[in-house]
Amino acid sequence: MKLALAGVLVAGSSVSLAQTVVKIGFAGPLTGPIAHVGKDEQYGAQLALDDANAKGVTIGGQKIRFELQAEDDQADPRTATTVAQRLADAGVKGVVGHVTSGASIPASRIYEQSGIPAITPSSTSPKLTQQKFRTTYRVIANDLQQGAAMARFATEVLKAKRIAVIDDRTAYGQGLADALVDSLKKLGTPPVGREFTTDKATDFAAILTKLKAAQPDAVFYGGMDAQGAPLLKQMKQLGIGAKYLGGDGACTAEMIKIAGAAMSSDVYCTQAGIPMDKMPGGKEFNERFKKRFGVSVQLYAPYSYDAATALIEAMKAAGSTDPAKYLPQLQKVSFKGVTGNIAFDASGDSREGGVTLYQFNAGKWEARP
Amino acid sequence: METLLQQTVNGLVVGSVYALVALGYTMVYGILGLINFAHGDILMIGALVALEAIRLLQLHAPDLGLIPTLLAGLSISVVVCMILGYTIERTAYRRLRNAPRLAPLITAIGVSFLLQTIAMIIWGRNYHTFPQLVSTTPIEPIAGVFITPVQIVILVVSAVLMVALVLLVNRTRLGRAMRATAENHKVASLMGVDTNKIIAATFIIGSALAAVAGVMFSSNYGIAHYAMGFMPGLKAFTAAVLGGIGNLGGAMLGGLLLGLVESIGAGYIEDLSFGFLNSSYQDIFAFIILGIVLIFRPTGLLGERVADRA
Repeated sequence: MKLALAGVLVAGSSVSLAQTVVKIGFAGPLTGPIAHVGKDEQYGAQLALDDANAKGVTIGGQKIRFELQAEDDQADPRTATTVAQRLADAGVKGVVGHVTSGASIPASRIYEQSGIPAITPSSTSPKLTQQKFRTTYRVIANDLQQGAAMARFATEVLKAKRIAVIDDRTAYGQGLADALVDSLKKLGTPPVGREFTTDKATDFAAILTKLKAAQPDAVFYGGMDAQGAPLLKQMKQLGIGAKYLGGDGACTAEMIKIAGAAMSSDVYCTQAGIPMDKMPGGKEFNERFKKRFGVSVQLYAPYSYDAATALIEAMKAAGSTDPAKYLPQLQKVSFKGVTGNIAFDASGDSREGGVTLYQFNAGKWEARP
Repeated sequence: METLLQQTVNGLVVGSVYALVALGYTMVYGILGLINFAHGDILMIGALVALEAIRLLQLHAPDLGLIPTLLAGLSISVVVCMILGYTIERTAYRRLRNAPRLAPLITAIGVSFLLQTIAMIIWGRNYHTFPQLVSTTPIEPIAGVFITPVQIVILVVSAVLMVALVLLVNRTRLGRAMRATAENHKVASLMGVDTNKIIAATFIIGSALAAVAGVMFSSNYGIAHYAMGFMPGLKAFTAAVLGGIGNLGGAMLGGLLLGLVESIGAGYIEDLSFGFLNSSYQDIFAFIILGIVLIFRPTGLLGERVADRA
């Protein structure tokens, strides 16, 4: 297989004179503490381009060869804008990225100004698509979709009937909690209590005592692990036996570390995206990925693969690699990707938006079927 | 009724930590007329030093047992904070003793930033898990009210320390010298009181109380963090003003009252305002009470003497 691949590459380069090279950009943290996540997504995009090149793509009568230009944004908002400008100047026809919301949001403005479509595989902040940029897309569920999914999990899977909701009044926490409350109302189980705190609070005894009187069977907290963990502890201290539900801000190793003995199988969280073994093309993708790069898929590589494929599909449909020409087609793409059906709504968000429920078990988070 | 009792207990636990910290603010203000904004950060240093000491003890003396480890960690942190309090007074405030009032106030804010930054460099930005050496599992509920052993310890230790401080100030030589210095430090020094020493002692005692408060705070919530001193510091300052800054009894009353108001406010504000306000106004509720008290009693609940100082 390696030999065959090398053969393809040699064959590819030998006829490259007859081909037009189209550059696709990738931007994410390739250095720093989450470099492994960035590298993972870079490989995912690379694999998609390799696959397209191996199959041979003809757009507008020209044979096309895709090349990936990867840039390091260090997950830093300022570096992200520099990198975005560099990609735009290099004449990339589309971008897969960025990885973090903090980088995607400032960078999206530059892509919008340059008219280059950018699809993020992993930024989940609703703010990104709320900017109403025509070039901003994402293939992963956003935080609002996550809140809605948690409402479904809580009522259908966990059979919770009396759900109390707390949030930290940040854009993230409130967004998540409001989306959850909206969905709960639609599902006919409006929350039995709604309380508020801040992202700097450590004492939640007062609001928890108030909620306790409403006898909830589940308490949802929209916020981060640094508050979620003490909140969970204080639930136990006040004798509240309800299940604890959190968003991806609580789906962390830090949550397990800080909450310590308060963690139990009654603690759940949701995270955007679905685990590899639940993806339609997951198993096969992982094997090919390993063969090509010698490492396993870390996290969002399949999303990155689908993002790159979406760009190529739109170019094919438009018969052009010119961003201005294929952008309208990107809005309309619909295909079966590795992670599921890829299609976008009017704001550029993923239509399907898979979300996974995790349960704490034996010292770690475990995906629930 | 159960809910009201539980909210009262919640309020008393939070309030007694506020009260301990408020004593530090009020003692310094009583003697120097200075609001020591770095006081909240001493609480933070107290918690983090204790955390570090306990970690080391658990590593090198694992057989020591839970309570001795905690007491040893606490003692180390109290000593470190006493030295820190003295150093701050000696280097940052003493030179400004006769400067206009604004200068030491700004310096205090500077010291606060300095302490936070140093803590951030040493301990990083992450939240640390504070070892739970006293159990946080609630004991058998009494009349439906849940309370944990660590919360009982907080209530008892705060009460004991407050009584001890009042005795110290009212019954001992040092206390008499402190009261004399507060009254008029020029006259006190003419009478043979070494006012510099007395002021240093005030800072040392206040810092020790803050260290104890910090360790209790972290033991209760199980976390420690470089910015954790800000909120308790602000609340304790509010409590000191509420009770009448400069007055020991006022600080204690203010602390407990603030804790109760917050807790009961968060619990009942929605019903009291017919759903118009909710618990996101928890903090505002405490400040509304402060505002009302200050309108009718500008020197705070128990503040009499302060009027001619300010």
